[in-house]
Amino acid sequence: MNELALILGMFTVTFGVRYILWGTAGRFRFPAWLSNALGFVPAAVLTAIIVPAVLMPDGQQLDLTLNNAYMIAAICALLIALWRNNLMLTIVVGMAIFMTLRWLL
Amino acid sequence: MLEGGRATLPLIVGAIPFGILFGTLAGPSGLSLAGTLAMSLIVFAGSAQFIALGLLASGAGIGVVIATTFVVNLRHLLYSAALVDKICHLPQHWRAPMAFFLTDETFAAVSNRMLQSEDVSKQRALNHWYYLGSALAMYGNWQLCTWLGVALGEAFPDMTGWGLDFAMSVTFIGMVAPYLRNHGRWNGPMWICVISAGLMALATWQLPHKLGLIAAALTGIALGYSAHLWQQQRQPTEATNRGCVDE
Repeated sequence: MNELALILGMFTVTFGVRYILWGTAGRFRFPAWLSNALGFVPAAVLTAIIVPAVLMPDGQQLDLTLNNAYMIAAICALLIALWRNNLMLTIVVGMAIFMTLRWLL
Repeated sequence: MLEGGRATLPLIVGAIPFGILFGTLAGPSGLSLAGTLAMSLIVFAGSAQFIALGLLASGAGIGVVIATTFVVNLRHLLYSAALVDKICHLPQHWRAPMAFFLTDETFAAVSNRMLQSEDVSKQRALNHWYYLGSALAMYGNWQLCTWLGVALGEAFPDMTGWGLDFAMSVTFIGMVAPYLRNHGRWNGPMWICVISAGLMALATWQLPHKLGLIAAALTGIALGYSAHLWQQQRQPTEATNRGCVDE
């Protein structure tokens, strides 16, 4: 694992995205369709990470049974997050449910 | 400058658990001590750093991690676009460091003040110091929490068995939820985006190097945006009320 390449690569794309508009300020117009499409980026990426992590906890196959503590706790966390828009509450209660389920199952 | 730091304080408190968690999970995910600290110092992108860990732990290649970092951080384009009119009077040696420090938290703290400033000439002089105060407080806190997390991870090596792998998932769930429902109303296109991305992620799970992640994200963005266009055609009056930029 070449960590130096990894970190430099991550730095380049992160700083590049943050700096491109400011560095070229005024000379580069930002089309409205692009900013609308970008609005979907965080939710799409995060979901693409969450779903396999909680539905395939062993990384091999789908586990949609009630024995899957990851799935149950994730559904509870989603409901809490939709009910109260409070990140800390979601994390604390979600973790508590997960720990309890793991201990029970 | 102090004022900027103070305004960011509640957001900094919110970032503390993530910094600690990042430091704790980095070792078990396969990152060296130097790599962990360097990533926080040089990359400085909370959610991207988290996602990188998850990808590394599941054996993704460097290229995929970097590509994913790019996609995840695309939202910063929105932030910089919102602020560009407020910083274009500054010289490059201000703009570059300010861009480096542009995070969700600093954007949230600074954008309100910058966008609301009435007395332009007076506020402008203060703005970049305010921004720097917010940014440095955030940056210092992030480094400190990363160190703390690394120390905790070394003191309690079995901590990963406590279900911390789920901590990342639950954090992301909490970050996605506000997109699904903003201002008390369901956001239909966002649901389409999220459901299609999730299904696609399962369908493409077998692809090498975690390329399925990119495929799933692009599918979600494409379908969500199509739904948004379709909704716009049906209800042209609500077209501008999407609430992404004001968050």
